[in-house]
Amino acid sequence: MTALSHRTLVTMASVPSLPTHVRIQYDPLRQAHAVLAPEKVFWPNEISLDILRKCDGARPVSAIVAELAVEYDAGEDDVAADVIEFLQEWSDKLLVRA
Amino acid sequence: MSVQLLPPIGMLAELTHRCPLQCPYCSNPLELLKANRELDTSTWIELFNEAADLGVLQVHLSGGEPTLRRDLEQLIAALAGRGVYTNLITAGIGIAEGRIEALADAGLDHLQLSFQGARAETTDLIGNMRGSHEKKLDTARRARAAGLPLTINAPVHRLNIEQVPEFIDMALGLGAERLEIANVQYAGWAIANRNALMPDRDAVLRQMDIVEAARERLVGIMNIDFVPPDYFATYPKPCMGGWARDAFMVTPDGTVLPCHAAQTIPSLTFERFPERGLAEIWVDSPAFNAFRGTDWMLEPCRTCDRREIDWGGCRCQAMAIAGNASATDPACVLSPLHGRMAALVEEAIATAGPSDARSPEALIWRRIGGAPTAEGHETRQGAAVLAE
Repeated sequence: MTALSHRTLVTMASVPSLPTHVRIQYDPLRQAHAVLAPEKVFWPNEISLDILRKCDGARPVSAIVAELAVEYDAGEDDVAADVIEFLQEWSDKLLVRA
Repeated sequence: MSVQLLPPIGMLAELTHRCPLQCPYCSNPLELLKANRELDTSTWIELFNEAADLGVLQVHLSGGEPTLRRDLEQLIAALAGRGVYTNLITAGIGIAEGRIEALADAGLDHLQLSFQGARAETTDLIGNMRGSHEKKLDTARRARAAGLPLTINAPVHRLNIEQVPEFIDMALGLGAERLEIANVQYAGWAIANRNALMPDRDAVLRQMDIVEAARERLVGIMNIDFVPPDYFATYPKPCMGGWARDAFMVTPDGTVLPCHAAQTIPSLTFERFPERGLAEIWVDSPAFNAFRGTDWMLEPCRTCDRREIDWGGCRCQAMAIAGNASATDPACVLSPLHGRMAALVEEAIATAGPSDARSPEALIWRRIGGAPTAEGHETRQGAAVLAE
């Protein structure tokens, strides 16, 4: 939980995780998954959720990309570009640690 | 109603009006409630359960100073048990050894700590409490040591606006991942102290440049949320994200309000929990429906392209400055009364001395029984001028 001294750049070797104070939670009332964070609530779409659920602090981005490429039947290069862009955005908002 | 009614996402619970600080811009009402008016533990828990049932995902536990409630751990545990995200908004004074760890253990998700200045003498002056700055620094360190994510809240006004760069450095040094630079909103106590607190335009513009540059520099390191100053705005803020649209608040005695200052609108009457359930209040309360959606709007809001962006701005500011809670927020350049905002700034600047040399006698402190009467207010303003 130490504060960051520099911006993290997400690469294929990064091992992303959600900080303990950022959590994905199913909301039965709205029938959607919310991401709860300090003073913010996000409503990620299905693809974003699939990426975030794989951010377990064990899998590197390369493994996440390979899995998503199979699940979505898409080319790894395209998936890699999208996943890295997404994780960079979430890392920049301090919602993902990479 | 023209806009679909959705369940609320956020709730602000003002657990108490008691507070060790006396900040002259406090968002609590001028008539503060004493401890004997506060809801008891079981009633708050009942209310939190109804809030969770209603769809509330985040609860902000505030005050006054919420840690003065000895049952705070129980309240947090009840919310955590329902999966509600909890945010403690504290002044960080007088929190007993081990208490922050206990709050974290109870399930607290996040802590927001206010600093009245980035310098000890400023914090101590604005809160009217000697030694408060050091106590806050200690609270920040203990929160981080307990593993809690930290937001530093910096309410900004004439007396500390030049400290914005120091606020940024301080928040970074304390390991905060979020900093709120919040220009004071002029309602309640802050209106009573408006002439003393109003910054000048140059200071506001400098501040905005500093914040913008820091935001860019600190991407991925610290988030900076900026609450712009209404009196220098072109368009109004979507106050509360729209009246009774996705959030509400509860006062220490269980009165349920669409926003902090709603009780300054004399035509509205509000309902209390548990006399009425939260769901009924959210859906049916005439006060909640008074300014919900867009049907209530007058021109120029009524046909404005921005009507579902800023929702007419702040109803309480319309009340305070236009004298009509249905009017366009005068912060909006399209309001016929927009010029009044600039005139009020000029009036404040004309009575103001150097920003760092103001005598505390010029401030009306927030305390029980300290609210200015119409006559007393004039006297204090007179004293403020004489003190320059």
